[in-house]
Amino acid sequence: MQIYLPIAEMPISVLLILAMSAAVGFISGMFGIGGGFLMTPLLIFLGIPPAVAVATVTAQIAASSMTGALTYWRRRQLDLKLGGVLVAGGLIGTALGVLAFNAIRRAGQLDALIMLSYLGLFVAIGGMMLFESLKAMLIARAGTPVRLERAGQHPAWLKLPWRVRFYRSKLYASVWPILGFAALVGFIGAVLGIGGGFIMVPALLYLFRVPTAVVVGTSLFQILTTMTAATLFHAASNQSVDIVLAILLIIGGVVGAQFGTRAARNLKGESFRLLLALLLLAVGMRFASEAVIKPDEVFSITVQGAR
Amino acid sequence: MASWARIMACLAAALGFWLSEPARAQELVASLSTHRVLIGSNYTGAQIAVFGSVEREGRTVGRADPYDIIVTVIGPRQQLVVREKSHHGLLWLNDAQRKFADAPSFLASMTNRTVGEMGNADDARRLQVGLRNRLLPPSSVAQADPELLRFVDALIRLKAQDKLYQEIERGVTFLTPSLFRSSIVLPATAPTGNYEVFVELVSGAVSLARQQTSFEVVQIGFEQQVAWVARNWSMTYGLVTAIMALIFGWLATVIFRRD
Repeated sequence: MQIYLPIAEMPISVLLILAMSAAVGFISGMFGIGGGFLMTPLLIFLGIPPAVAVATVTAQIAASSMTGALTYWRRRQLDLKLGGVLVAGGLIGTALGVLAFNAIRRAGQLDALIMLSYLGLFVAIGGMMLFESLKAMLIARAGTPVRLERAGQHPAWLKLPWRVRFYRSKLYASVWPILGFAALVGFIGAVLGIGGGFIMVPALLYLFRVPTAVVVGTSLFQILTTMTAATLFHAASNQSVDIVLAILLIIGGVVGAQFGTRAARNLKGESFRLLLALLLLAVGMRFASEAVIKPDEVFSITVQGAR
Repeated sequence: MASWARIMACLAAALGFWLSEPARAQELVASLSTHRVLIGSNYTGAQIAVFGSVEREGRTVGRADPYDIIVTVIGPRQQLVVREKSHHGLLWLNDAQRKFADAPSFLASMTNRTVGEMGNADDARRLQVGLRNRLLPPSSVAQADPELLRFVDALIRLKAQDKLYQEIERGVTFLTPSLFRSSIVLPATAPTGNYEVFVELVSGAVSLARQQTSFEVVQIGFEQQVAWVARNWSMTYGLVTAIMALIFGWLATVIFRRD
């Protein structure tokens, strides 16, 4: 069944879009990431103009992170206080990132920068998590239980002034490093055009030692706020949000996310981190192969505007 | 069947027009089966018939060359950049690029026989027949620039993959020695806007007559309203989309609630 998209100006298969968005929604709900780095390339591959794909996916991420965040909130696995600090930092970073994005685009090397940063981020974060989670699994198999959240063993940089207790996250830390980190994620996200969930989740896990379940809920909350703002921003500034495509993506995405949050519940912390590591590495490898293997078609067309 | 009846009706009208004004020097009459392509929610592309007739009387006695018809369709203009990847150490990165300030979003060139049969390469260039000759400036200096040619050919190749650029030799059929028809196949991805159609009568690589007409591709009903609201009420449109996303997200937790 085909339906015509009024803003993308092309017809699309309804079932294909529903299936794709359900799959990405599942991953989103399971890992607490937005999934934009998976959905956007898929839509562009189907022939949807990149500007429309990027803008419309923000609406889908807002919806699937809303459903995920609400579910974690009911289970008391969402730290609103920590989430608030992350949102504040993220907003500062996003504003700076948009400025940097425009400067890099003027220099004309945006494609290469995006590709290399993706590659570096995915391989570094994925590799680190893979190593750590495998180690944790081996230790767990040997019989000694490991706990990531070691109360009272916070590193020195969390002991800066303005310390606050985040009860749900079992964290007693200075607000400054958290703000700074959220700003960095917001900056990278704005430059790469992604929500940044896949950077935020490992950071909360490893740098701030927040329990896995709370990490996912809190990350989803932060994604929810930034993506809602991004939807408004895209609609107002470049009018490229396609509401028909958004509805299809949202229906598939929220259903997938519901099953994802449920699947995550039956998953051990180590297995969760191993799976996320494998996902990031796989995406990183895809970017790498794209950059290294000789492409079939060396030319590409970018539409800069209608006249 | 309906479209065939419409084509016949238009053919009859064109014939009538031709018969009613035999005294004029005009040798070519052409028309389209429709001047408006409407996009609704089930739109998957469209087909438009081009047809016309050639007045035999206007022809100079003694000219042995047969008539040729060139149909060119040019869609709304776009600003495009064509980029080329090249090898830098380990990586394939975008390197050279060429900007096309007003490239047609859709371009089709149809002839009744191959360009080679109609004349030599210079004739083809002068008549601007074929995709390459339409996209390149007519001066021979520009035609000799191999770098530009590479990018124009890449543009044609990429656009042709989406059926947005079409070159159909023998895409025009003479039904009788004076009646001809052709058809424009619009893919669903062809953008909305005004499309110019040029029909040119050629004999012995000399242009005898030329007629220009056009059709427009427009969205109707729900699609048109959505596009209008998105453009003119963009903040409201964004708010509605965002609120809808949040409501859908909340609804899913209610529907799937088990714990």
